[in-house]
Amino acid sequence: MLAVADLHAFYGKSHILHGVTLMVGEGEIVSLLGRNGVGRSTTIKAIMGDVHAAGSVRFRDEEICGLPPYVIARKGLGYVPENRDIFPTLTVRQNLLLGVKNTRRPGRWTMDDMFEMFPALRQRADNPGGVLSGGEQQMLTICRTLMGDPHLMMIDEPTEGLAPMLVTQVADLLVRIAARGVSILIVEQKLTIALNISRRVYVMGHGRVVFEGTPDDLRRSDGVRKEWLEV
Amino acid sequence: MFQLIFFSLLNGLVYGMLLFMLSSGLTLIFGMMGVLNFAHASFYMLGAYFAFTLGLHIGFWPALVIAPVLVGLLGALVERQGLRRVHGFGHIAELIFTFGVAILIEEVVQLVWGRPAKSYQVPVLLDFPLFRVMSSSFPAYKAFMLVVAVAIFAFIFVILTRTRAGLIIQASLTHPGMVAMLGHNVPRVFMVVFGIGSALAALAGVIAGPVLGTFPGMAQVLGSIVFVVVVIGGLGSLTGAFVASLLIGIVQTFAVAMDVSVGGALAAVGVHVNPGSALHDLWKVTIAQVAPILPYVLLVLMLIVRPTGLFGTRET
Ligand SMILES: Nc1ncnc2c1ncn2[C@@H]1O[C@H](COP(=O)(O)OP(=O)(O)OP(=O)(O)O)[C@@H](O)[C@H]1O
Ligand SMILES: [Mg+2]
Repeated sequence: MLAVADLHAFYGKSHILHGVTLMVGEGEIVSLLGRNGVGRSTTIKAIMGDVHAAGSVRFRDEEICGLPPYVIARKGLGYVPENRDIFPTLTVRQNLLLGVKNTRRPGRWTMDDMFEMFPALRQRADNPGGVLSGGEQQMLTICRTLMGDPHLMMIDEPTEGLAPMLVTQVADLLVRIAARGVSILIVEQKLTIALNISRRVYVMGHGRVVFEGTPDDLRRSDGVRKEWLEV
Repeated sequence: MFQLIFFSLLNGLVYGMLLFMLSSGLTLIFGMMGVLNFAHASFYMLGAYFAFTLGLHIGFWPALVIAPVLVGLLGALVERQGLRRVHGFGHIAELIFTFGVAILIEEVVQLVWGRPAKSYQVPVLLDFPLFRVMSSSFPAYKAFMLVVAVAIFAFIFVILTRTRAGLIIQASLTHPGMVAMLGHNVPRVFMVVFGIGSALAALAGVIAGPVLGTFPGMAQVLGSIVFVVVVIGGLGSLTGAFVASLLIGIVQTFAVAMDVSVGGALAAVGVHVNPGSALHDLWKVTIAQVAPILPYVLLVLMLIVRPTGLFGTRET
């Protein structure tokens, strides 16, 4: 589905990624872990074409590195940013509508599906996105990307700043999305959640991947956790 | 007195709506691309000149449509081939680029049409007084200007709030990057908005040319007022641009019509100045004389009291 090889990324002159290699298979949930500032968000943004990058990004057997973000999105790559980027002046319904890429070709997910999963969004359908709570905004931003019918979704810190109950709700949602055949690459700070829902995990350090394996592999590797994850 | 108020209001409305035809485009372009387009009023000037020349050959009415379309295409070209390439070098480069385009257009206009003002006339069909109130009359052409401006206002409103393209534009005002990552062709949206903004400025030029004059300095004269409008309204805010356009339009028209001195106006509101004071000469100036600087006074006051403008969210 997605195969990233030797990916380098730059913010102006500062070289942030030094050759990241990872892959995500069909219907898989894969976590990208690491301490703050190691370049997890940058990795997703580089795949999405949002930062200047070099290397290889193959998505569904097609090289996409260097294409503009809107072209990459149209190929079926969905992105949910760290800061959520809700359109604050538009209503919840309008936010969801903007997730749809092509109104003539409806995707697998409808607005009603979204409202069924999150009744809170239905109640808020005609309120501006800017007045939603943090949790509601997180649901909205994930649903908005789903409306674009992606084959793969990249989600940056979906549970950040959410109450424990909402954290479980988001985790459940991700599992349900993956069950419908959408691959997911998440950046997640909460290790337990990440290990519970992922099939495979990558750990990053200094702009590179320093560990890859199953959640069980990582649970057993005290050394990796001490050196690259625990603070 | 009634007569004065009535006509000033009406003229202020016409002028204000005209300002909105320019400020709406300018503020939308700023909101989306973060670029204050110095060449915006130049497209207004081109509209007037194009319509003048086209008018000589095919008449006013076809020119009313064709001139804005031509200028709109030119605007889209400037965005696509110029601004988009300069974008990678940052906002300063973009500012300088639009500044360069403005100068270039002014020079070309002087080269092609010469320095003296053109006698771009109101079309015969509309060259009659629409109605009279006491001793003054209101020209039909100004009513026509008002109708065009109101139609444009309705057009912008419907497009932005009732269509999908409008939603994409609204979302791009705050989060262009995110809109692109949802799969919308944001670069093309920029080009289209820039083109339509230029076309609206040109349309304003076509209809204002016969009234405000068609001369190489016309871009600068109106351009500076339009900048004042978007800053007072709040950069990037369409509502702000609308309110500020009407505000400036009406304030300025009223001021021009006032034949009292500043001292007299102050006395009317109960402030008496000593005729022998040091600023004696200042108080003898009439309100009409200070009218041209009033917008700038408002601008400075606004920047002191509320740097984001009336409806803006970011500092200017
Ligand atoms: N826009 C930017 N300009 C310059 N440097 C940046 C920019 N964004 C991030 N960086 C730098 O790039 C490095 C990696 O940032 P990134 O956002 O990818 O980290 P992260 O792993 O997602 O961590 P976190 O989200 O916890 O901050 C950091 O050192 C950061 O300071
Ligand atoms: Mg991050």
